[in-house]
Amino acid sequence: MWRGEPTYLLRNLILKDFRIRYRNMSLGVFWSLLNPLVMMGVFTFVFTKVMKTGDADFPVFVLCGLLPVNFFGMAWIGGTSSLVENVGLVKRVPMPREIVPVASVLSNCLHLAIQLALLLGMALLWGKGVHASWLWIVPLLSLFVVFVCGLALLFSALYVYIRDTRYVVESANLVLFWLVPVFYPFAWVPAEYAGIYELNPVAAVVLGLREIVLGATAPRGVLMWKLTVAALGTLAIGHFVFHRLRRGFYQHL
Amino acid sequence: MDIVRLHEVSKWFRHHTGPKLVRDHLLDLFRVTPPEHRFYALKNVSFTVRQGESVAIIGRNGAGKSTLLSVVAGLCEPDSGKVEASGTISALMEMGAGFHYDLTGGENVRLNASLLGLSRQKTEELFPAMVEFSGIADFINEPVRTYSSGMVMRLAFSVAAHVESDVMILDEVIAVGDQQFADRCLDRIRQLQRAGKTLLFVSHSADVVTHFCDRAIWLDHGEVVMDGASSSVLGSYSGQVTPEVES
Repeated sequence: MWRGEPTYLLRNLILKDFRIRYRNMSLGVFWSLLNPLVMMGVFTFVFTKVMKTGDADFPVFVLCGLLPVNFFGMAWIGGTSSLVENVGLVKRVPMPREIVPVASVLSNCLHLAIQLALLLGMALLWGKGVHASWLWIVPLLSLFVVFVCGLALLFSALYVYIRDTRYVVESANLVLFWLVPVFYPFAWVPAEYAGIYELNPVAAVVLGLREIVLGATAPRGVLMWKLTVAALGTLAIGHFVFHRLRRGFYQHL
Repeated sequence: MDIVRLHEVSKWFRHHTGPKLVRDHLLDLFRVTPPEHRFYALKNVSFTVRQGESVAIIGRNGAGKSTLLSVVAGLCEPDSGKVEASGTISALMEMGAGFHYDLTGGENVRLNASLLGLSRQKTEELFPAMVEFSGIADFINEPVRTYSSGMVMRLAFSVAAHVESDVMILDEVIAVGDQQFADRCLDRIRQLQRAGKTLLFVSHSADVVTHFCDRAIWLDHGEVVMDGASSSVLGSYSGQVTPEVES
């Protein structure tokens, strides 16, 4: 039986992912800033100059949408392929395998933290000021990370058996980009579809982040409750499925 | 005291029968693979290993030796039968398993130590000894992709040999590198034996088997052919296997 130190192993796996990603890039972690800045610039140009629907707060507004969606896409896709990419660990090293997808998701968190710093910096530049409500970002994003860990457990295990999973995940991300209110306000969504939007945890995080950063208020209680239920529920399902499918990892990899 | 116990362990794999379409996944899901599509890697294997014993698994390529070690290590679950193991187990199934070529030697040592079950404190405590043992201290801050394959093996063995788990599983990685380093590996294994560790390993070297274990298990087509004193098992084994088949 493996009786190691899970937190130390998790730390080393996160560091590994992180080092591999940034060591061979001359710009290093600046890529984490560059990508959302460019996206923000493009969206701001299109929606304030070409289509003229955005207001003066639009750059901060769109960044509140880009940050969760970017993290979600990278962490979900990375987590899904983590078991297959670390086949050497899964097949040859006896250790708790659920650490692999979880480490993959958590290794994206530094990326998220850098983008959050960018968002808060932008909010200050746009004269939003520092608010006590900013503290709500911590539970909001923590629940989001738990939700993505649950998804990563679920989809990484499925991906071992069914290699089409990756394409499904990638397509779902593309669809999600349009169906999450990234560059349009939630208020524009027709009332008959609003209920469906509220079921989407990624949309909930975008809305929560906007309430905190642009509205300088705590996110609505019902939003946090729904997110908590979604995060813990997904983690439970992911964990359950992972344990059921774990038996076959050896012969399917 | 028995530290590893296998009871009627069988492990089968499905013969590869074309692309995996939805139908095949459904068949898998309900586990209705007909017996004629099964390939048995292990068939009704039973044995026990006492604490402190060193046991060699011998047999031809494809006899099921690595599958057996994987089952004991918990890397794959048997389809029938029971595996019981007490104490901590570490396995070195492949040289450099878990190594990443873009990380430096030192980073890989720490990652590997935590994978094999060492705590952070223990890793930092043993780190100098591991590097010293490997004999490549000068290159420890270089990325592993710049290493020769011999250097990777040295480093991997050094980490595994310092993880003092109760049961150590080694798959054909008992003595690696040049003669000098191989001797050092064998010395280290003797030390572990004296410390009361249980060793379970696959080796194709008759010398290693006779030197290190009193007991050998001969596996063929997933079944135990013979289990007993290493000298007599080796004797029967070499009588059965003609040199051309072995090579």
